[in-house]
Amino acid sequence: MATFLQYMISGLSMGSLYVLVALGIVLIYRSTRILNFAHGDMATMGTFFMFTMLLYKFPFTIAFILSLLFGGLLAVGFYFAVIVPAQRRDATMLGQLTLTVGLSMIIQGVIVLFWGTNSKVLDFPLSDTTVWQVGPVYINALSLGTLAIGIIGSFGLYLLVQKTRLGLAMRATSENLPAAQTLGIPTKMILAISWGLAALLGVLAGLFLAPALLLDPFFMLEPFLKGFSAAILGGLNSLPGAIIGGLIIGVVESLTGGYISLEFKNSVAFVIIILVLLIKPEGLLGKVFKERV
Amino acid sequence: MNLVESYKDDLKLIDKPWTRVWVIALVLALFILPWFGSDHIVYVLTLIFIYAIGIHGQNILIGYTGQISLGQAGFMAIGAFTFAHLANAGVPIWLSFLGAGVVAGLAGVLVGFPSLRLKGPYLAIVTLGFGIVVYQFLTSFDVLSGGRMGMTVPKLPAILGMSKAFSMYYFTLIMCLAFTILTYNLISSYIGRIFVAIRDNEIAAEVMGVNLTRYKLLSFAISSFYSGIHGALYGMLLGFLDPSMFSFQETLIIFVAVVIGGLASCEGALFGAAFVILVPQMFSELKGMVPIVFGGTIVIIMIFEPLGLAGRWSKIRLYWQNWPFR
Repeated sequence: MATFLQYMISGLSMGSLYVLVALGIVLIYRSTRILNFAHGDMATMGTFFMFTMLLYKFPFTIAFILSLLFGGLLAVGFYFAVIVPAQRRDATMLGQLTLTVGLSMIIQGVIVLFWGTNSKVLDFPLSDTTVWQVGPVYINALSLGTLAIGIIGSFGLYLLVQKTRLGLAMRATSENLPAAQTLGIPTKMILAISWGLAALLGVLAGLFLAPALLLDPFFMLEPFLKGFSAAILGGLNSLPGAIIGGLIIGVVESLTGGYISLEFKNSVAFVIIILVLLIKPEGLLGKVFKERV
Repeated sequence: MNLVESYKDDLKLIDKPWTRVWVIALVLALFILPWFGSDHIVYVLTLIFIYAIGIHGQNILIGYTGQISLGQAGFMAIGAFTFAHLANAGVPIWLSFLGAGVVAGLAGVLVGFPSLRLKGPYLAIVTLGFGIVVYQFLTSFDVLSGGRMGMTVPKLPAILGMSKAFSMYYFTLIMCLAFTILTYNLISSYIGRIFVAIRDNEIAAEVMGVNLTRYKLLSFAISSFYSGIHGALYGMLLGFLDPSMFSFQETLIIFVAVVIGGLASCEGALFGAAFVILVPQMFSELKGMVPIVFGGTIVIIMIFEPLGLAGRWSKIRLYWQNWPFR
């Protein structure tokens, strides 16, 4: 029982990072109908920015906030510089997806160019060697912090989307773009904010992931793919779905790694998705497709 | 402009006499090129021919049938390793190729089943999962992948007294031509029309009497057959296989090639193949900058030409058709 709880806790803390990544992907898909393949790379860029700031002895909190903002601005810049002109020329959905693939290559190239491919260690105040014993299970400071940031991130996003005027505008824009425009909502601005917010969540996940793994240019690829599958599992249109999907994938992965085999830990997420999607093709909480002839 | 008067006219691959001249000239030029070009050019062209086959296949699936798939690397890996095992066991080369294609095609049918219920991004993630599962299997079971040291693949023996590089060049050129002609014919046949109908509107296609299950699975099978051959040829060119050659990056490269080349266009697939091979090659002296330049060109082309290189090509052709009148 104790080992089970132990696996549950590590699964939940990993899952809450997948939740942050998945929330970003869903946010972008909901508002602009783009699958953002550069999401992981934007997060990596933000994390490397943090690494450099800490290298130059910036205080931790300032560096933390600035790198979140940096990631957000990167996404906003990409939206205005690339997505908007492409949409003006009637880019197809696959074309926009390809644009994000191009961006991800550029960012990877920039990171390799500036920081090299060697693994680095990010100085982080929370460490996974500080361990507390709670009842039968051990919990370390890092995974506690990760869990907390997952909850804070998701709850903050919930408040923003459901309780503020900005959130109302975001929901209106994703529901019906022309109608939102007619009502006087600055939709371009709102969509750019969605992109920025998504990248900010991604960087947040990256910052908490970097101390657990080592920092190298491709360290976000795996979590990005998991976050992606979490978003799909929950339904690409649904923010609560992303949270549920992320937690499920984190827990199942940890349990598989613990009880069955560490090797197939990475594949199991995809096997679950295939099984769930065969029963519910629109994801757990997604809206059913409506199609007209 | 070109009025189609009969069904036979519609089936023609080349409708204007001068087009035939240009195409024949191009093919002849490709046939005599190795005797004038450097070894490097021969190698690069060989790579382009190999990639063109796989990209044709993905174009059939993504461009014509409208099913987004991100599992190409998985099919390539299946094809390549099947080919390697068969060829190493002493099976004749042509039979090994057939085996590689057929095994990949069967895997394609298996992956095609979810496509009966899933759409767009959901299908993309399932196929992506397939690619990752294949990769995982290959790295975990040494029997399949030859373990840590990778696996050697017999290279094409020198034929007709030419050097090995030249024989490989001609072999891939002929394969590429064969698959290109096959694709053109497939697309103008009733199967191609059904694929387009499925892409444009599934329900309408079904109402018109299209058996969705059969043709979606057929599309997956054909495209993964192509990918299997692509993988097998790639392995043959390098003479060495390793599961990490078929990572997610490879899938993205092929996907980019399909979209950059131009969806639902056979010339587009050739352009796309040339693009993804040539651009990194042309800027290879920039070393660390290569991914940046490659990504940058992708972004620029997709912003200014949403229909891809094939869209630009058809605009150029249209302009010169009526030249000097506009």
